[in-house]
Amino acid sequence: MLIRPSRRRLLLGSAATAATALLGGCDALVDNDHVSRVIASAEGLTKAAQRAVLSDTKLAREFTQTDLSPVFKANGTQQPEGEAYAELVETRFANWRLRVDGKVVKPLELSLAELKSLPARTQITRHDCVEGWSAIGQWTGVPLGLVLKAAGLTSDARFVVFHCADEYEKTLDGSGQYYESIDLVDAFHPQTILAYAMNGQELPVAHGAPLRLRVERQLGYKHAKYVMRIEAVDSLAPIGRGKGGFWEDRGYEWYAGI
Amino acid sequence: MTTLQPSSVASSAAALPRRRLVYRHALAVRLTHWLNVICLMFLLLSGLQIFNAHPSLYWGQYGANADQPFIDIGAVRDGDRIRGVTRIGPVSIPTTGVLGASSVNGETRARAFPAWLTLPSYTDLATGRRWHFFFAWLFVINGLAYLIYGLAAGHFRRDLLPDADQLKPAHLVREIADHAHLRFPKGEAARRYNALQKLAYLAVIIVLLPLMVATGLTMSPGMNAAWPWLVDLFGGRQSARTLHFISASLIVAFVVVHLVMVLVSGLWNNLRSMITGRFAIDTDRSP
Repeated sequence: MLIRPSRRRLLLGSAATAATALLGGCDALVDNDHVSRVIASAEGLTKAAQRAVLSDTKLAREFTQTDLSPVFKANGTQQPEGEAYAELVETRFANWRLRVDGKVVKPLELSLAELKSLPARTQITRHDCVEGWSAIGQWTGVPLGLVLKAAGLTSDARFVVFHCADEYEKTLDGSGQYYESIDLVDAFHPQTILAYAMNGQELPVAHGAPLRLRVERQLGYKHAKYVMRIEAVDSLAPIGRGKGGFWEDRGYEWYAGI
Repeated sequence: MTTLQPSSVASSAAALPRRRLVYRHALAVRLTHWLNVICLMFLLLSGLQIFNAHPSLYWGQYGANADQPFIDIGAVRDGDRIRGVTRIGPVSIPTTGVLGASSVNGETRARAFPAWLTLPSYTDLATGRRWHFFFAWLFVINGLAYLIYGLAAGHFRRDLLPDADQLKPAHLVREIADHAHLRFPKGEAARRYNALQKLAYLAVIIVLLPLMVATGLTMSPGMNAAWPWLVDLFGGRQSARTLHFISASLIVAFVVVHLVMVLVSGLWNNLRSMITGRFAIDTDRSP
C-alpha cells in the first residue's frame, strides 16, 4: 500500500531535477522558435478581446488642467540628428511639409500653418509608456481622420504608416529609422490627432516637433514623434523589417493596447 | 470522480486500518492547481522582467522619473562600485547583490531584480511582456474553469467554506496555537481543511488572484477606455501598478507559507494527494 522509500526518493529526486531544469532552461525556452510562436499567439487574442469590448469610437479618459504631470517625461529620441532636421528647427519648420501619400486619391503636402488652419482638437490624456510609467499632458492637433479624408483613401488602404525624421538606431540598411503604423479603426478614432501643441505651447523638439501622433488607447511607442510623411498602405510587410513599426520590428506588439 | 465521500476509501482489509487513503482532490482541482503553478511561476518571472524596465512604483494617475515614487529599487554609484538601494517611502535599505545591483556574468550591474529572478534572465522587455500576456490568458482561462467547477460541484461550499464550529473564537485560537507548534490534525479531523487553511485559500482565490487580473487590466490603456470604472476603483493607473506589485508579493508570501506547510505536514502525502487525489489519514488515535 505505502510507497517504498526508494521509489519515493526517485520521484522526489526527479521532481527536484525537473524544477532545476525548468529554472535553468527558461532562456532556452525563450530562444526556441516554436515556443516563441505559441507565446506570441496571445497578441491576436488580446487585440480581438479588446476590440470586442471597445467600440471604435469609445474615448480614452480625458483629464483637467489640474491633473497635468508637473514634468512630462521625454523618452526615445529627444533630438533627431542630421543637418536637415537642424535646419527645420532653425527656420521654425517654415519649409517643413507633411506628405500624405500611398493609397490615396489625392496626395497632399501640408505646411504647419495649413495644418493649424484645419479644425483642431485639444485633449488632456494620460500617456502610458511600455516601460510602466505614465504622464498626463495636454495635446492640440488635427484629427488624423480629417487629413485622411482630404486625401481620400483608396478602397484597398488598410493601414496608415507614419515615417519619422529620427533614426533611433544606426543601421547600415536604414532599418533604424523610426516609423509606426495603425489600422483604420484607430486612424479614424476621434482622439487620434496629429499634435502640434503640447500643454498650450508649441510642441517641443524633445516631444516630437513639429508633429507627433496621438493614438490614445495604445502605449507610448505608437505615438510617433517627428512625423514627416503619412503613407496609406495595404500591407506592412514591405516597410522596415515588416512588423509595422520600429519597436514592433524589435519584438514589441503591433497592437499596443496593453 | 468529483466526490470527497468517506466511502471512496482505498483501505486494506483490516477492520481498523492504521492508515487509509481517502479521495481528497478531484481531477479538476488537481489539473487547475498545477496549471496555476505553471502560470504563476512564468507570470512572476516575466512580471519582474517588466518591472525592471521602470523599477519605481507611484500612487495616483501618473508617475514617472520626476515624480515621487512610493517604492523604488535603484542603484547608486559609490566610487567605481555600484550599490543597490531599495526605498520604501522614507526608508532606504541597502540591497546590493539582490535588489538594485546584482551580478550579471560575474560583474555587478544596475538591475532592479537579479537575472535569476527574471524571464528571460537578460534584459528584454518585449519578451517579458509576450510571456506575461500569454500566461495571463492561460491563468484567466484556468481560473475561470476552476471557479465554474468550484461553484457547480460544490467544492467551495463543501471544502473551502469554514464550517460553523471552525469559526468559533476558541477553535480559531486553538488552531493558531496548533500551527505555531506545527501540530496538525490527525485522524477524522484531517478529512477536512482546518479553518486557517480554508481562510488562506479563500483569501487567495477570492481576493488576491482576481486582484492581480483587475489591477493588470487597469494598466492597459485599451481596457481603460473600455472600462474606465476600473481606473476609478484603484485610484489611477499608477496606483493599480503598485497594487499589482503588492498583490503579487502577497501571493509569493502565500506560496512560501503554503510550501512550508506542505513540507512540515507530510510532504509525500500532500504531494501525492495533489497528483493522484489520494490522501492518507491516520485512523490510529493513540499518540
